[in-house]
Parts: sequence; C-alpha cells; structure tokens
Amino acid sequence: MKEITRRALMQGGTAMTAAGVLAGPALLDFAKAWAQNAPWKPEPGAQLSMLRWKYFVQSEDDAFVKVVDAFSKATGVNVTISRESYEDVQPKASVAANTGAGQDMFWGLYSLPFLFPEKCLDVTDVADYLGKKYGGWVQSAQIYGKGTKATRWIDIPICYSGSLMNYRISSMEKAGFKKFPETTDAFLEYATACKKNGTPGGFALGHASGDANAWAHWCLWSHGGNLVDANDKVIINSPETAKALEYSKKLYAQMIEGVVSWNDASNNKAFLAGDIHWTDNGISIYVAAKKDPTKQAIAEDMNHAYYPIGPVGKPTEFHLMYPLLAMKYTKYPNASKALMAFMLEANQFNSWLEAAQGYLTHTLNAYDKNPVWTADPKTTPFRDVAKRTLTAGGLGSVGEKAATAIAEFVVVDMFASYCTGRTDVKGAMAQAERQAKRIYRS
Amino acid sequence: MTQVAFAQKSPAGTARSATAWGRLKVNHNWLGFWFMLPAGAILVLFLAYPLGLGVWLSFTDARIGQSGEFVGLENYEWLSSDPVFWLSVFNTILYTTVASAVKFAIGLYLALLLNENLPFKAIIRAVVLIPFIVPTVLSAIAFWWIYDAQFSIISWSLRHLGWIHENINFLGDIWNARWSVIFANIWRGIPFVAITLLAGLQTVSPSLYEAATIDGATAWQRFRYITYPLLTPIIAVVMTFSVLFTFTDFQLIWVLTRGGPVNGTHLMATLSYQRAILSGYLGEGSAIATAMIPFLLAAIMISWFGLQRRKWQQGESND
Repeated sequence: MKEITRRALMQGGTAMTAAGVLAGPALLDFAKAWAQNAPWKPEPGAQLSMLRWKYFVQSEDDAFVKVVDAFSKATGVNVTISRESYEDVQPKASVAANTGAGQDMFWGLYSLPFLFPEKCLDVTDVADYLGKKYGGWVQSAQIYGKGTKATRWIDIPICYSGSLMNYRISSMEKAGFKKFPETTDAFLEYATACKKNGTPGGFALGHASGDANAWAHWCLWSHGGNLVDANDKVIINSPETAKALEYSKKLYAQMIEGVVSWNDASNNKAFLAGDIHWTDNGISIYVAAKKDPTKQAIAEDMNHAYYPIGPVGKPTEFHLMYPLLAMKYTKYPNASKALMAFMLEANQFNSWLEAAQGYLTHTLNAYDKNPVWTADPKTTPFRDVAKRTLTAGGLGSVGEKAATAIAEFVVVDMFASYCTGRTDVKGAMAQAERQAKRIYRS
Repeated sequence: MTQVAFAQKSPAGTARSATAWGRLKVNHNWLGFWFMLPAGAILVLFLAYPLGLGVWLSFTDARIGQSGEFVGLENYEWLSSDPVFWLSVFNTILYTTVASAVKFAIGLYLALLLNENLPFKAIIRAVVLIPFIVPTVLSAIAFWWIYDAQFSIISWSLRHLGWIHENINFLGDIWNARWSVIFANIWRGIPFVAITLLAGLQTVSPSLYEAATIDGATAWQRFRYITYPLLTPIIAVVMTFSVLFTFTDFQLIWVLTRGGPVNGTHLMATLSYQRAILSGYLGEGSAIATAMIPFLLAAIMISWFGLQRRKWQQGESND
C-alpha cells in the first residue's frame, strides 16, 4: 500500500486505477507466471546489458527500473541499464554494431536500427506476438520496425514522445477562438490575434533537436513539401516548399522575439513564465506546471491540441520515436526477446505509461484504453500521436540518411534562413537541396 | 646465460663485442635515445597517432561505425563549395581575432595595474582569476541565462530603467549573437592573459625603472623601452596559447548557440563536431578539423617569429 501512496503523491492526482498493479509483489507474481509461459526461454546464465535514452520524467525511469527488476527476479536474467542523452545513443550503438562488442540492447531514437539493419537481431516473432495480443501495431510503428520494403522486424518500436501544440485557453478565447485552430490558415489568424493582444507564442528556430525539427517538418509537410520522394530522390526545391516557407515567414512575424536563439528548453521556460501563449512541445510544460504550486494558474489555463492541418488536408505531425533493438552479436537472443516482450505486456506497460504521465505514447492499439489518456482530458491528444505521425525521412526511407538530415537541421535551417531574411526563398531551398543531395548521394 | 657460456668458449669474440658494447654503453646519443623512448612513445601514441588518424580520416568517407573508403580530396572539394563551411571559417577568424586582441589589451592593462602597489593586492589578484576558475560549461550556462531572449538580466534592467522597450535579441540576431559569444569568451580569457603577464612583469628588475627615472624617462617611455621589450617573450607565449584556445573554442558556443542562429556562430570546431559526431560523417568532420591546422600553424608562426625575433634570448644582442 505504501507504493500506491507514494505514486499517488508523485503523480499529483492523476489516475491511480492501475497504480496498484505496479506494487512490487503483484508485479513479481505476474512476472513469474509470465516467465513460465513465455515463448522465449532465456538461455541458462543469461545476462543482458542495455543502453537507453536518458529519461525526461523521473517517475518513468523508476517504473522502467521496476519492470526490469521484476523481469530479472522472475527469469534470473540480470539486466544492466546504462543511460545516455538520446542524441548520444546513436554513435555508441554504431560503434558497437561495427566492432561487435558493447551492450546487448540499444534503445535510441528514430531510425537507429536502420543504420546497421543487418546487425540487428530479427525480432519478427516478438512483434507478431505483441501485435496479435494487443490489437496490432500502428502504421508508423510498422515502418519504424521493419522499414518500408522489408518484411522482417529489426527492432521493437516501444513508444513515441509526442510534440503537440501547447496553448493558453484564456488568450485563445480572447483572440476570438472557441477551440484551437484546426487549419494552418486559422492558425495564422490566431497567432496574429494573439500577438496583437500581447499574448504571442513561438516555435524554436534554433538548433533545437526536438522542438524545431517537429514544427519545421510539420510546416513543410503540411504544405506538400518534402525533402525526398519515395525513392530517396531530393525534391525539396519545389513550389510546395516555397509555399511552406512563405507561410512560416508570416507565422514568424507573429512570434515573440528571439525564437531563432531558442533551444529545446527555451519554450518551456518562456511558457511557464507566461511570456508565450502557444508553442510546440511534449507534455513536459504541463507536467512541470502541475507540480509547481506557483504555476497552478498556468496548468489550469493551458491545454494541448493537434497541429493544424495544412493544404494537404491530413495530419503531418512529426513525433520522436524510440525503437529498441538487440544486436545479433548478443549471446542471449532469447533473453533479449523475452525482455522486449515483457516490457510491452499490459501488466507492466500500462503502469509504465502512466508513470510517464503522457510524455510517452504507445504504438500498440490496445493501449488507447490506458486510463492515463482519459483521467485528465488535457493529456488525451497525446494518445493519438503514434497514429498521426509521419516517419523520419517523410516519403523516403527511414534509414541513416533521414537521421543525418534531421541531425544536420537541413529543414530547420532552411526555414530559419528564410524567416530571418538571410536568404530569399530560392536561396533557402537551394542550400537545403545542396545539403540533402550530399546526404542522399548513393 | 648463453651469452656468458659462449663468451667463455671464445675469448677473442668476447673482447670484440665487449669493446663494441662498451663503446655503445658510454655513447651519449645511444643512451639518450633510450631515455627519450618513453616520451617519444607517449607523443606518438597520444599526439601523432590521433592527429595522423584524423588527417587520414579526412581523405575517406568514414562514418561512425564504418571504416569508409579512400576518396582523396572529395571532402575538401565539397567543403570548398560549402557556404556553411566558409561561414564557419569567417566566424572563427573573427572570433579569434577580436577576442584575442581585446583579451590582450585588457589583460595587459590589468597586469600593469596589478603590478602597482594597490591596497588589498592579494585579494584583487585572486578576484581577477575567478572567471578562469569557473568551469567553462558553468560560465557558459550563466551567460546563456544572461543572454536569454526572455529572461535576460540585462534586458530586464534596461527595461526597468526605461531605456529600452523590448528585450534585446542577444542570440537571435546573427551579429548580436557573434558579439555576445565573443564577449563571453573575452570575459573568460582575460584572467589567463592578465595573470601570466603579471608574472612576466614581476621578473623585470626594478633597477631598470630606477635608472630610467633618473634619466628622466616618462611613464610611456618606461613602458615602451623597458617593460614591453622585456615582456615580449612572455607575450609571445601567452598570445600563442590565447589564440590557440580561442581558435579551438567549443564549449561556449555549444552551450550558448549550438552554432545558431542559422549557423551564424558556427566555429570550425563546432561545425566539425556537428558533422562528425552528430551527423556521423567522420570523414567530413575530420576534413574540417584538419582544415584548422594551417590556421593554427600560421598563428603559432606569427607569434613565434614575429615576437621572438630578438636574439638576446639566445644570448645575442638585439637586431
């Protein structure tokens, strides 16, 4: 019972229906029963090591450690977890894949497994098992799991970290909107009215890996622009991209000063200080506001919404994906598969999702029912990010080239250089085209 | 043991080898070679090898985790027509030139000041060192807040004084951002210059100043004809280091701007890191890093030969 009290305190009153499930003994019992029946029996004396991205919400990591502990106790497989900032997982995994030495499992970002697909353990059986049991994988997860053309799964796409519109309700109403604008045109009107009322917003236009890439890709895709086509041919230099750039410049004029210098943390700070009234972000602003007694007014007055839909007429959002892969060189492939499957079993995944407080979104349809998405209606939009997101690389492959283009800020810099007036539309597109062609050369 | 056994059987051979060995044993060059070997091995292992490897990588299309193939000058050709690269070269030169010049001027001024008999001299000297003691990343984070688009203390103060009506866009405007990072670098670098020059000043014999004063030299003449010439070797060393540190600066830029806005503050070092590590193009990143070498060599040459011409250092008279 102590467990429930502590968690209830930590969560500040979010749903506790499933909280009891996480309590130590129950979890262990489940784990033991699961280990008896699981399709994957860990090799005798198996030991695993995993490098994962560093958590954003402490309670998420706590819940994760508990899940792993239960797995270790039930199966006797000791699991060593190390953590790195999410951008740093990729180089370490690449070196491990190349040298054949390192952690057994890597849990990284976007298309990490596609940097070395032939070095990843085939986990099709795990994906099939989980997909059948939990209502199937969302479309985007299938692409991140096995690519656009292949048939075997090289990773398990564990979860997304959603990036959606964060806005203040009062200033939206003052701007003359009853609900958050659903089209790009309405959004521009809203942003203009907000600025006029002295309640501007802003998107990061600096080298902010998460926030800037999320909105820049949304803006590009929503107007029909694309970096590459389905065959990875660079097509950024197009009338659609030009339209996206024109739109972004109008929007930029309505943003608060200084967004060009923003990194991933800047909009959180500015929103919590009441300086901006709309931005794109994960749920972290809301979680922080709820926790801080002095920010209750902001927590009350804010909400989340999908990104507005542009001329292409369908959602064009871009959310962070966290795929988990096991290396072929691991001595314990069955133990690795067992851990992957165990993590996503409802018994622990539900409580883990709740501990993440909406920061992370599932990729298996059955978890739509998790109470975390309905207990607080303000988290509900994050439930759907896996269904709404496009994949890294857009129309193109989700491989290493897509990852490089994102890391190089090709799209972000294109928008930044036009918005700030450094280049004209043609110049901005030409520079992005040049960079992209180099990245996508065969 | 076999040698000993062999030596007993053929005394003639032993005599010959003993003399050769004996001669070798007292040969200074031979001994010197062995004494040098550990130092040489360390240099090769930790300096020459990584440097050589970096240069080699710049001729390949290596990526993180893949060894890559030799591509000749392809990386350099690409960079030569890459506007972002040239922007970073311009930024690096601007950053180094302005920051080093200002650091030298203020550092020298402070050193001269601290060399005088001031009250609380020891405390003031300690205070001057503070920016140098604080870890770079910490001071960079402090500057990040000082320059914040929304929460800058400078903007806040000026707004409350009624001098400005909107926050200063420190890091969002390209030229503002450049001057801001240069200022942060200067703030950080002055103590090194000041304290080292102060050490140099203390070695100048007071009798020279006494003699000059008796001869009726003005303060400027005393500086120009006594302090400056005697300080030149120290200045050469200090400025060489200062230029090297500034040219290769990374942490300040990375924390403050990550090379933004729109690559406006990317230095060669930060661009190299972004391309090599974050994007995974080790070859291209190495090419950028290698392209820094000629600039660094030139900087060393200038300060070395420009400032250390005086032969009195080698015990000869001035030329």
